[in-house]
Amino acid sequence: MAEVVLRHVSKSFGKTQVIYDMDLVVADGEFVVIVGPSGCGKSTVLRMIAGLEPVTGGVIEIGGRVVNDVEPKDRNIAMVFQNYALYPHMSVRENMAYGLRIRGMPKAEIAEHVARAAKILELEGLLDRKPRELSGGQRQRVAMGRAIVRDPAAFLFDEPLSNLDAKLRVQMRLEIQKLSRELGTTSLYVTHDQVEAMTLAHRMVVMNAGRVEQIGAPLDVYLRPASAFVAAFIGVPPMNLLAGRVGEGAFTLGNGLVVRLPAGAPRPPFGAEAILGVRPEHLAPVGEAEAALTLTVETIERLGADTLAHGTFDGNPMVVRLPAEATLQPGTRLALGLVPDEIHWFDPQTQKRLDLPGG
Amino acid sequence: MVEKRPALSAAAYAILALGVAIVALPVYVTFVASTQTLDQILEVPMSLVPGTELLANYTAALTSGSERAASAPVGRMMVVSLVVALTVSFGKIVISLLSAFAIVYFRFPLRMFFFWMIFVTLMLPVEVRILPTYEVIADLHLLNTYAGLTVPLIASATATFLFRQFFMTIPDELAEAARIDGASPMRFFWDVVVPLSRTNMAALFVILFIYGWNQYLWPLLITTEESMYTVVIGIRRMIAGGDAATEWNIVMATAMLAMLPPALVVLLMQRWFVKGLVETEK
Repeated sequence: MAEVVLRHVSKSFGKTQVIYDMDLVVADGEFVVIVGPSGCGKSTVLRMIAGLEPVTGGVIEIGGRVVNDVEPKDRNIAMVFQNYALYPHMSVRENMAYGLRIRGMPKAEIAEHVARAAKILELEGLLDRKPRELSGGQRQRVAMGRAIVRDPAAFLFDEPLSNLDAKLRVQMRLEIQKLSRELGTTSLYVTHDQVEAMTLAHRMVVMNAGRVEQIGAPLDVYLRPASAFVAAFIGVPPMNLLAGRVGEGAFTLGNGLVVRLPAGAPRPPFGAEAILGVRPEHLAPVGEAEAALTLTVETIERLGADTLAHGTFDGNPMVVRLPAEATLQPGTRLALGLVPDEIHWFDPQTQKRLDLPGG
Repeated sequence: MVEKRPALSAAAYAILALGVAIVALPVYVTFVASTQTLDQILEVPMSLVPGTELLANYTAALTSGSERAASAPVGRMMVVSLVVALTVSFGKIVISLLSAFAIVYFRFPLRMFFFWMIFVTLMLPVEVRILPTYEVIADLHLLNTYAGLTVPLIASATATFLFRQFFMTIPDELAEAARIDGASPMRFFWDVVVPLSRTNMAALFVILFIYGWNQYLWPLLITTEESMYTVVIGIRRMIAGGDAATEWNIVMATAMLAMLPPALVVLLMQRWFVKGLVETEK
């Protein structure tokens, strides 16, 4: 077990810079999820930690040792790949034992390690099968078994669940959570799925276009997104974002429609350009008189537990989360109120969060 | 075909039968000739019923060859052919596997240049470079040796290219997983790449064995001693002396014998082919 530290790490492929000055400290035993859209550089970060990609600038430490020039095999890490990367011609047992065999571990000891990993992952009955005879979920488990047998200082997961179907993904998510609690090994987990990030992470790192947008505990990130990007990326459905100018007790959007700001809500100074963000669950139907804005519903998604109403307001798509029993249909005009404490403000230039006193 | 019309089926079978006849009849005539005495063969028309001399002809061919043409025993030629075909096929497979591995998995200066060099030689058949190659082999005193017979035929752009294409379909993550598992490049080659290439190797082996066995021009050039003749050359030598002087029964027996090993290789390896095709999954 060990700490993984990134200091001012950057990476370029030729002239294209893909990672900018990244700092991250993963504490011993911590489960950190790196999340971001495709092409944000999250996999590259993981591959640099694994040693599969050289670092262009900065320092990577694993367990207090600088590993910039250390071969992957000597970094004491284990990696789980998106497509499992099992050796197709080897049985499950051989797949798990391969790394140990290369390291010259005695046969009896290898058998012991494999048996222990197989027990943890419930693979005991499958040890003599070939990967092609396994289902996707079982293959994924073998890939994790291959990582576990090595007893590494850190696990690196590269989108391990994205090749599985939705149901299996939920199941494996729970298993990974349980496994990481039992093993307590430092883990870095890369995904584009923010639900995985929210549910698995002790802390999550939200990345966009090669830069870290925010690092924090999942709920903190959800409740206080550091930028408009994070606000839109974390949360399903995403936060509603409206760009406009702050007026007297109101917020005027680009095409002239107005959002009435509730008394006591924090707001940028009069006349400032800003982005207003509000989560779909923080918009509640109210009487016309107190309404902050009125949304014409265009489509309705009934999810069972709740109902999502989609519409456009001043040209901006908006979504509202309503109780399951809400009676509405396309065309319904929804008068919606804002909760003063649940309004987020972002700077339209820097896209960063504006922390404002109530007023 | 989804349709089931008797007339159509009958026509299809007729065409198939005709095709088989065109291919099989010459082989049958050869076989019949190899079971008759020389006098029987020279009768006009030749009988198409197998004769009684099968054992005698084949024994004669294998142990002493055509005595009138003073050829070496066919048994010896078969051994030479076999050694040549096997060396060429194994040599080609080993060299191509290694060079394709280097081209696909290593970044070295002028990598693409070497790849294209290999690729360009695809367009040059052996015959184009046969004179300079002969010169080289002669200067190295390799005439009438197995090395001279095989080495110039071993380098193979086609097989390298084929393996390269196959290696590129092996997911990169497999190599990366092996790196993290601690496998050196050659270890990865032995433990992962070679086992995964088994089917391709089997397929190539069949093609290359036949290629090596059927070599004609090159062995003809560089062998001058009876003991280093391959079967294909041997047959040619046996019919050197004009119609009457040729022991057609022995020649035909030799031809049948020469056809046997390639046919066997195809038959035996066919099972591997199918097995490989069914099992392959990455």
